[in-house]
Amino acid sequence: MNNMASILPLTLKDVSFQVTDKRLIKDINITLEANKSTIILGPNGAGKSLFLRLCHGLLQPTEGKVQWNTTNDHDPKFFQSMVFQRPVMLRRSAGANIEYALKLHDIPKEQREPIARDALKRMGLGRFYGHPARVLSFGEQQRLAIARAWALNPQVLFLDEPSASLDPAATHSIESAIEAIRDSGTKIIMTTHDLGQAKRLADEVLFLHRGRLLEYAPAKEFFDHPKNDLAQAFLKGELLWWKKKELSPGHMGST
Amino acid sequence: MNDIWAALGAAFSMIIGLDSDLAEIVGLSMQVSLMAVGIATLIGLPTGAALALYRFKGRKPLIIVVNALMGLPPVVVGLLVYLMLSRSGPFGVFGLLFTPSAMIIAQVILVTPIVAALSRQLIENMWEEYEEQLMSLGVTKHGAALTLLWDGRFSLLTTVLAGFGRASAEVGAVMIVGGNIDHVTRVMTTSIALEVSKGDLPLALGLGIILVALSITVNGAAYIIRDVARQRQGA
Ligand SMILES: Nc1ncnc2c1ncn2[C@@H]1O[C@H](COP(=O)(O)OP(=O)(O)OP(=O)(O)O)[C@@H](O)[C@H]1O
Ligand SMILES: [Mg+2]
Repeated sequence: MNNMASILPLTLKDVSFQVTDKRLIKDINITLEANKSTIILGPNGAGKSLFLRLCHGLLQPTEGKVQWNTTNDHDPKFFQSMVFQRPVMLRRSAGANIEYALKLHDIPKEQREPIARDALKRMGLGRFYGHPARVLSFGEQQRLAIARAWALNPQVLFLDEPSASLDPAATHSIESAIEAIRDSGTKIIMTTHDLGQAKRLADEVLFLHRGRLLEYAPAKEFFDHPKNDLAQAFLKGELLWWKKKELSPGHMGST
Repeated sequence: MNDIWAALGAAFSMIIGLDSDLAEIVGLSMQVSLMAVGIATLIGLPTGAALALYRFKGRKPLIIVVNALMGLPPVVVGLLVYLMLSRSGPFGVFGLLFTPSAMIIAQVILVTPIVAALSRQLIENMWEEYEEQLMSLGVTKHGAALTLLWDGRFSLLTTVLAGFGRASAEVGAVMIVGGNIDHVTRVMTTSIALEVSKGDLPLALGLGIILVALSITVNGAAYIIRDVARQRQGA
């Protein structure tokens, strides 16, 4: 599907998301281009997961618009996939979990098994093809979730803290997989709390705080000279002690 | 006390010797209840899935009604079906009253709410876990319903077995609409009621033992199936 017309760039126009009277995402305006890995940073509860869900279409913004570069003849949701913070596996084998996803993407039956086996192999899970997915360890399930997302060969891949609570070896294998997916031409949009990982993978960084987009900058610029003072404090690990009444959203970096 | 022992002995020899009256009654019971549970499953599972997945006006009241119907008194259902099927009733022309078909209809009405209500709860819990992932993969509501019914099949089987337990144990409905006619509509529960009142304890006891054994078997099967599924699927 990668070689069809690109659904990128992704544009968010005045996007807000509100639950009852709480505004959880506030007036986000941004355009995300192809061929750049975007890493979303921010403290717990900043709205990173909500932001991914809004982009992916799992949530509808209460104000504003999320727009993909599409004509009416193809549905953008079939060109994206997402790996969640906690892997969700069907009560089936590892292979069948991937084949199920392929079926929903209209891949012909005879092609599904080879694609699934190949995706498992790439994630080092080749021997688990026939294993029930839900009895795999947490780390194996997370890699299976990536294999499933990868097998769909998406134009855009969302990842929500894909290596949270994994050991260093598993984290490394997940980072390598993300790099390989990126190199095959897929746009990566990902959240992480691991600043080292962010530096290794990011082309550009998006900094969220309390539902606001405070900085959007190329990775090097962001890590070397963050413009926003909350982002500076965040990078120094001082955000917890940061005290400042209100902050206008005008501190944004290059957009 | 001696009477009881004598009756028990006679009951066992009837069971072991495959007494033809006993076999006929057990056979008809199974036929009626299995048929009723089969039909109730075909109606109840899709209803449960629909109530779990689709959001429509009046969904909550409907769920409350279906839950309440789980406790329908069999005699009331028997009475209603009797009124429907009796000569002067709306379906009287089909002449179904006092036939096994009438008993099946009554038991379908008793069992369908059980299957629908229990499966609704099960499927809703599964959907809570699966929803975001399946929506992300681009599933339709219809596809999601089929996925959940398939993935939950082992847990759902226990709701069907619960329905079977209810059908095979009830006496009120089949008594009223079947009439307990010898060789035609006599099933285990109705003949136990009759034989006890006639004083033929061995037959009643024999049937009682079979009924209890059946219930233990069904529940044992349900337990084993869930256990195996949990080991094999992490369900
Ligand atoms: N459905 C909801 N109803 C009410 N509040 C919600 C809902 N979903 C999220 N929130 C709130 O919105 C805020 C942002 O949540 P979100 O999950 O996006 O944070 P996050 O940046 O991903 O945090 P973490 O780093 O802990 O994963 C949180 O304060 C959360 O409590
Ligand atoms: Mg999150």
